[in-house]
Amino acid sequence: MATYADAFAALVPSTGNAWLPELKRAAFDRFTTLGFPTTRNEDWHYTSVTPIAEKAFRPMGGAKTVTGLSAMDVAALAIGDSSWHRLVFVNGHFEPALSAYAGLPADVSVLTLAEALKTTPEFVMERLGNLAAWTDAPFTAMNTAFVQDGVVIHVPNGTVIDEPIHIVHVADAHAEGGAIFPRLLVVAEEFAQVTIVESHVATGGESYFTNAVAEIEVGPNAIVQHYKVQQESTSAFHVGTIQVSQARDSSFHSFSFATGAALSRTNVYTRLSGENAETRLNGLYMMDGTQHADHQTFVEHLAPHCASRELYKGILDGSSHGVFNGKVYVDPIAQKTDGKQTNHALLLSETAKVDTKPQLEIFADDVKCTHGATVGKLDHMALFYLKSRGVGAENARSLLTYAFAAEALELIEIDTLRIGLEERVFEHFTHTRQR
Amino acid sequence: MSASIDALVNKEYQYGFVTDVDADTIAPGLSEDVVRLISAKKNEPQWLLDWRLKAYRRWLTMTEPHWPNVKYPVIDYQASRYYSAPKSVKPLQSLDDVDPELLKTYDKLGISLTEQKFLAGVAVDAIFDSVSVGTTMKDELAKHGVIFCSFSEAVHSYPELIQKYLGSVVPYSDNFFAALNSAVFSDGSFCYVPKGVRCPIELSTYFRINAADTGQFERTLIVADEGAYVSYLEGCTAPKRSTNQLHAAVVELVALDNASIKYSTVQNWYAGDKDGVGGIYNFVTKRGKAMTNSKISWTQVETGSAITWKYPSVILQGDNSTGEFYSVAVVNNKQQADTGTKMIHIGRNTKSTIISKGISAGEGQNSYRGQVKILPKATGARNYTQCDSMLVGNKCGAHTFPYIEVANNSATLEHEASTSKIGEDQIFYCKARGLSTEQAISLIVSGFCREVFKELPMEFALEAQQLLGITLEGSVG
Repeated sequence: MATYADAFAALVPSTGNAWLPELKRAAFDRFTTLGFPTTRNEDWHYTSVTPIAEKAFRPMGGAKTVTGLSAMDVAALAIGDSSWHRLVFVNGHFEPALSAYAGLPADVSVLTLAEALKTTPEFVMERLGNLAAWTDAPFTAMNTAFVQDGVVIHVPNGTVIDEPIHIVHVADAHAEGGAIFPRLLVVAEEFAQVTIVESHVATGGESYFTNAVAEIEVGPNAIVQHYKVQQESTSAFHVGTIQVSQARDSSFHSFSFATGAALSRTNVYTRLSGENAETRLNGLYMMDGTQHADHQTFVEHLAPHCASRELYKGILDGSSHGVFNGKVYVDPIAQKTDGKQTNHALLLSETAKVDTKPQLEIFADDVKCTHGATVGKLDHMALFYLKSRGVGAENARSLLTYAFAAEALELIEIDTLRIGLEERVFEHFTHTRQR
Repeated sequence: MSASIDALVNKEYQYGFVTDVDADTIAPGLSEDVVRLISAKKNEPQWLLDWRLKAYRRWLTMTEPHWPNVKYPVIDYQASRYYSAPKSVKPLQSLDDVDPELLKTYDKLGISLTEQKFLAGVAVDAIFDSVSVGTTMKDELAKHGVIFCSFSEAVHSYPELIQKYLGSVVPYSDNFFAALNSAVFSDGSFCYVPKGVRCPIELSTYFRINAADTGQFERTLIVADEGAYVSYLEGCTAPKRSTNQLHAAVVELVALDNASIKYSTVQNWYAGDKDGVGGIYNFVTKRGKAMTNSKISWTQVETGSAITWKYPSVILQGDNSTGEFYSVAVVNNKQQADTGTKMIHIGRNTKSTIISKGISAGEGQNSYRGQVKILPKATGARNYTQCDSMLVGNKCGAHTFPYIEVANNSATLEHEASTSKIGEDQIFYCKARGLSTEQAISLIVSGFCREVFKELPMEFALEAQQLLGITLEGSVG
C-alpha cells in the first residue's frame, strides 16, 4: 500500500481539468480506505489477491518506453482482422504508429482518453467514474486513481459501425514489475450499434499487473457487443471490470475468453434499467498449471420485461483453480423478468479445482429465473464410444474437450474472432495433451 | 395424536426435572458464575462444567455472525435469563388469555381443547388419563437396548457415551450460537441405538414431556452404533407458545459404520403477528457425521419462527456414505428464513442429494444457502442439488446462495435452481373445477413440495400439508 501512496504522490497532475485530479485523489483515498480485498470479503471468498498486494507493482504512468513491436507482431499476438479499427497500447501507452482507425463513420468519435480530455473534456467529465463503482470496489478505485490512458468511444444516434473496434493491450519486456491501468468509456446513443474487441496480450513471460476498467452506456434500442480476450503472460495478474448500463430495448452482449495470467479476475456487471432490454453474458476460460481464474457476473434487473442469458464454461487442467460467481438480482418492479444462468466446469486433472456460486436474489413475483451448474470430468461413456469407433484415447479426449468449449465459442458473433479462437482452442488441446 | 399428548403430560410428573423448581429462575445476564450455577443446579459432573466453561470462554471471543440474509434488532445477551425451569413460567389462567389467532389455527388443525390448552401453555389440571403410553414405549425400547432419555438424565446414567460423543460433530468452538448453546444448554434429548439394532418405533419428542419445554438452548445427541437404524421426529405441527425469543439449539448425529439415521423436523414456532412483532429467532446448528457405508437423512418443514437460520449438514467422512437433505421452508407476512445445508464429501464414493423447496408469501424473505464441498480425496463423489422457489404475492423475496467447491475431478455435481411465480393457469384451472383460490394455492403448493413430503413419516406428512395451507392463508387477496 505504501508503494502505491508514493507512486500516487509522484503522479504528474494533469493540467487544465481540475476535476480529474480531484476524482483521482478521491478514488485513491477510497482505495486506501478499502485496501486490497481479503478472502473474508464475500465477493473475494475464493480468490486471494495476496500475490498482487504483496508484489507492490509500480504504476507505469511515467515516461513511455520505445517499443520495438511492428504492426505484424501485434497482429500475430492478438486475433483480429486488418479491416477492423485498431488502437494499440503498449504497457498502457498509446502507440499511434501501430494503430489504424481512420475509416470510422464521420460522426463517430473514437479518441484516446488523453485526447478526449483535451478535445471533449466535458463529455469525459460527465461520464468518467459514473458507472464504475469506484467507491465500493477497491480495484476500480485503484484504476480510477492511477488511470493513465484508454479509449473513449462515442457513437451518436442511429450510427452503425460495421467493423469491430479492436483495442489491443500489449505488455512487453518493459512491463516487468509494472502496473497498467487501462480505461474504456463507451457511449452508444439511441439506435447506435458498435462491437468492441478488447485483447490483452504479452510478448513474453513477464510478471506485471493489469487493472482494467470499462464503462459502457447502452442507449435505447442500441446494440453493443464487448469481447474480451485475455491472454496475458502466465506470470501476470489481471483484474478487469466491465460495468454496463442499459436503457430500454437495448441489447448488450459480453463474451470473456481467458487463458492467460497467473491470477485473473473478470467482473461483468450489467444494470438493466430500461424496459425490454436484453443482456447476454458468456464466457470460456481454460486454465492449466497453477493458474487461477475468477469470473464474476452481476445482472441487476431494475425494469420489467428484461431478459438475461448467461453461459460460462471452464476447462481446468493441471492444478489450476477456476471460480465462477454469478449473481442475478431482480428488483420488486422488474416483473416479467426472464433470467437464465448456466455454468459448467470440466476438470481434466485430479488436482484441478473449481468453486462456483450461482446466486439468485429475487424480489418480484412474476418472474422466471433459473440457474444451473455442473462440475465433472469427461464422460467415460462418450470416450468409450469414440474409442470403439477407432479414435485413439488422446484424440477422443481432445475432441470431447473441444466440443465442450465449442458450445461457448459458438456464441461469438464475429466470424474472424470465433474461427481464430476455435483454432487456438483446438491447438491448445491437441498440444497440451501430447506432452 | 392425543394419545401421544397424554403421554407427554403424564411424563411431566415422572421426571425429576422440576424438583428444585422454586429456585429455578436466575437473574438475567450471562457470566461464568451463571454457567457454574446452571451446571450446579443440574448436578453436573466436573468434566461437563469444564466443557461448558471452555465453551463460554470461547464464546466471549466470538462475534455474532451477520452473513445470513436476515435482519433483526441487536440481541442483548445480558438481558436474557439463561436458566428457567418450565414451571416457573406463569401459566395463563384460561384459553381466553391466549392469542385468538393461535386458537383459530388450532381449530383448523383439528386439535382437541385439552390439547390446545397444553400447547398454548395454559395451566392444565391432572384431568388426563394416566395411560402411560410413554412407559410402554420405554419398555419396548429397553428390550432392544435403545437408550432414549433426556440429556440431563443421560449425563448421569451414561456419562461415558456423552463424554465420547458430545461435541464430536459440533465442537463448542464451531460458531457463535453453538458456543453459546454449549455454555448454557438447558436440556434436550439423548438417543443411543446399539450395534445392529433397528429401532422398532419412530422416536419422537412427544414421548418425553421435558423435551416439550426444554428451554431455549436445547441440545440433542443421537448416536447410531454400527449397523443400527433410527428414525427421529422433532417438533410439532401445532404452533407453540414460547416466552423465549432466542432459540439456539444444537443437534448432533453420529452414524457409525453401516448405520442409518433419519431425522425429521416440523418447526412451527410462533412466527410473530402480521406486522412482524414478536416471534421466535430460531438459530440452530444441526450436523451429522456419517462413517463408512452409513446414511444420514434430514427432512425439515419450516413454517414457523420470525427468523430461521439453520443448515442441517452432513459430514460424509466414511467411504460410500450418503447424505440427504429434504426441505420445505415457507415464509409469510414478515418472516425471514435463511436455511439450507452443507454436504462435506471427505470419503470416497460419497453421495449427497439436496432437494429444497422455498415458498415466499406476504412480505416474507426466503433464502436457500447451501454448500457442497468435495475434498481432494473424495474420489467418485456425487451430488445432486435442486432448489426451487415459489413466489406468492409481489412483496416477497426468494434468494439462492449455493456454494459449490470441487477439488476432485472424478466428482460429478449437478445443481439446478429455479424461481417462479405460482402458476396462474393452474389456479384458474382449479377454480374452474370449483376450488376456491386458497384451496387451489394449497393444492399447488402441496404438489410443489411433494418430493419432500414423501420423505416425512406418514402422520407428519398429512399434518405438514395442512400446516402449509394455514401458513399461506391470506397471502393472496
